[in-house]
Amino acid sequence: MNKIGIIIKREYIRRVSKKSFLLLTLLMPFLIVAIGFVPFWLAQIRSDDVRNVVVIDTTGKYLSLFQDTDSYRFVGSEKSLEDYRNSRDKEAYAILSITGDLLDNPGAAALYSEKQIPGDLSRIVNQAISRQLESDKLATFNIPNLKEIIDESKIRFSIQTLKWGDDGEESASSASVASIVGMASTLLIYMFIIMYGSMVMQGVLEEKTNRIVELMVSSVRPFDLMMGKIIALGFVGLTQLFLWGVMTTGLFFAGMMFMGGSIDPQALQAGMAMQPSAMPAQMEGIQEIYQVIGTINFAELLFFFAIYFVGGYLLYASVFAAIGSSVNQQEDTQQFMTPIMIFIIFALYAGIGSIENPDGPLAFWCSLIPFTSPIVMMVRLPFEVPLWEKLLSIALLYVSAFGIVWLSAKIYRVGILMYGKKPSLKEIVKWVKYK
Amino acid sequence: MNFLETEHVVKQFSGHLALNKVSIRVPEGKIFGLLGPNGAGKTTLIRIINRITAPDSGTVRIDGRESRPDDIYRIGYMPEERGLYKKMKVGEQALYLARLKGLPYDEAKKRLTRWFDKFGITSWWNRELEELSKGMQQKVQFIITVIHDPALLIFDEPFSGFDPINVDILKQEILELKQQGKTIIFSTHNMASVEEICDEITLINRAEVVLSGEVREIRRRFRTQTFRLSIPSLPEGTSLASDNFAVLSENRHDDVTELRIRKQQQISNADLLTEISRSSDIYSFTEELPSMNEIFINTVSGTNPTHE
Repeated sequence: MNKIGIIIKREYIRRVSKKSFLLLTLLMPFLIVAIGFVPFWLAQIRSDDVRNVVVIDTTGKYLSLFQDTDSYRFVGSEKSLEDYRNSRDKEAYAILSITGDLLDNPGAAALYSEKQIPGDLSRIVNQAISRQLESDKLATFNIPNLKEIIDESKIRFSIQTLKWGDDGEESASSASVASIVGMASTLLIYMFIIMYGSMVMQGVLEEKTNRIVELMVSSVRPFDLMMGKIIALGFVGLTQLFLWGVMTTGLFFAGMMFMGGSIDPQALQAGMAMQPSAMPAQMEGIQEIYQVIGTINFAELLFFFAIYFVGGYLLYASVFAAIGSSVNQQEDTQQFMTPIMIFIIFALYAGIGSIENPDGPLAFWCSLIPFTSPIVMMVRLPFEVPLWEKLLSIALLYVSAFGIVWLSAKIYRVGILMYGKKPSLKEIVKWVKYK
Repeated sequence: MNFLETEHVVKQFSGHLALNKVSIRVPEGKIFGLLGPNGAGKTTLIRIINRITAPDSGTVRIDGRESRPDDIYRIGYMPEERGLYKKMKVGEQALYLARLKGLPYDEAKKRLTRWFDKFGITSWWNRELEELSKGMQQKVQFIITVIHDPALLIFDEPFSGFDPINVDILKQEILELKQQGKTIIFSTHNMASVEEICDEITLINRAEVVLSGEVREIRRRFRTQTFRLSIPSLPEGTSLASDNFAVLSENRHDDVTELRIRKQQQISNADLLTEISRSSDIYSFTEELPSMNEIFINTVSGTNPTHE
């Protein structure tokens, strides 16, 4: 095995077997899935507890409207409001008092409780009453079949957005889904460049402050030492991404199955009870999303993600390595880090800005400039970028990545052996010229 | 036969000349002292020999031909700035570094086991380096330097930071390496150890070679005609001094007096002794050769511009 291979293997194994890496890699998918599922789960826990709502309906017209749900049981009562207020007995969670015809006097109904009334309870009550009032009102017009006529005239409209493919084929598209996919990959690249780039810097600095570097460069070329570290950490990053991807998908499906059993009937029931017309619309929406997801070419996206990830990482990690080699202590890195961070953060903002207008001049130029292209291009990719732009952007990225690697290697080679005071930028430029 | 030669090596760093036409000759199988004050350019020269940096001009020859990239496998280098990975297990670390020196895994493991046994640190194989005492860390460092059985060993300030016991162990190891026929370059300020173990030296000051040669020859070259003399005490008031020699100091212990004298250069030792024996008996007579320390200080301050 050649030198660089030995270095890559050792760096990789060392990083991957670190406790912090294992913890982060294993816990992150749980966190992601938890963020998605916990609200559902919490909502479910609350619904296990069935609460009594006492309905004091002096008109006798409304009591029958209230159907029990998983969370609330509606009980009619003859007692007066005062009786409940004075009684120590807490059998009633809330008291709904209706004292007159609500069509004439909307203020005649009120909900009382010793606790804050939960939003879903008032919603259930409101929906039940307003539906009744609506049909009561319609009845007052004395027009036969009015209700049916009105139902008929309710038209649900949602414009279809279609994209013409190169072959003239039409397919459904959705800007919002594409934006989400683009944004997610942009954030991933941004996060990984910063995280793993600074890990490279830490590693270089560690070898320098440990004073082991002089021993190392007496047996390996400084270039091999630097590239070995950069490549190994890149692999660590890809490993982490891959594990996150697999675990998150796995957990997501596991979660769906687990939740699915208990969630569906309830959601169905609630949906039926509250909004009879909402279900088909929801189904339509989901179907639409699936359809749009189907039009995004994930294999292609993944392919470009990998290309931009590698190029962007190579570019920035070698700059970070050069910084790590030039300074002597952690505190001194700030001065050199700041301009680099400004670049990266600018790229992120340019990326976010490009979502609104993925073919605009900002998006166009920033996806060609090598220092911003890995981040900005990821936003644009789901929106079908012309092939020549992609090729030009990738070519520019890789040419400059190799240029920067070469330059950084020159700085690194001199920097790692320079102890003492922090060098100025002018001195670092001189290092490049050293033989 | 010289194992290593450098010819007019020049290295310029921004603003200052680190090496100015430095030529050294390191004979095979000898211990060669590379001396010089801080900042003289020793470490730069060593880095050039190790191919860590390249000279601006000049050549490095090994075995009579120009040095090649794979020559680094024939060099074992213990840098002045010593260090290892703190969080890495000792054995794993030694294996890693040995493999970077070109040893296959099995061979590296076999040799390391032998060395760890020799230094009695086998039980530390699976410990992290941090847990080891400084002396033990230096033993590990030494093992890593010699593990690939290099023909040329370079020790840069090897004794700094070692306690006296470990200095002694290290000295013995270095002498043993010499006996095995290895060539050793030894860079240090510690002049006592130079006298003790070096065969030849080169003294570098302000980027230039100011002195080189065999240690014994150099000390003779710098002789000051000073002798130590021990005689029975003469009566008060009488003096031994004559035109041929001056008394530098006189130390009376009851009936024995010790003198340091400096003779005129043209007088032979025999004549001097004859003259002294005319007036007194002689218990002992030895020449006082200058120590490497004195030569070092004299040469260095002599070559430094005085107006500074």
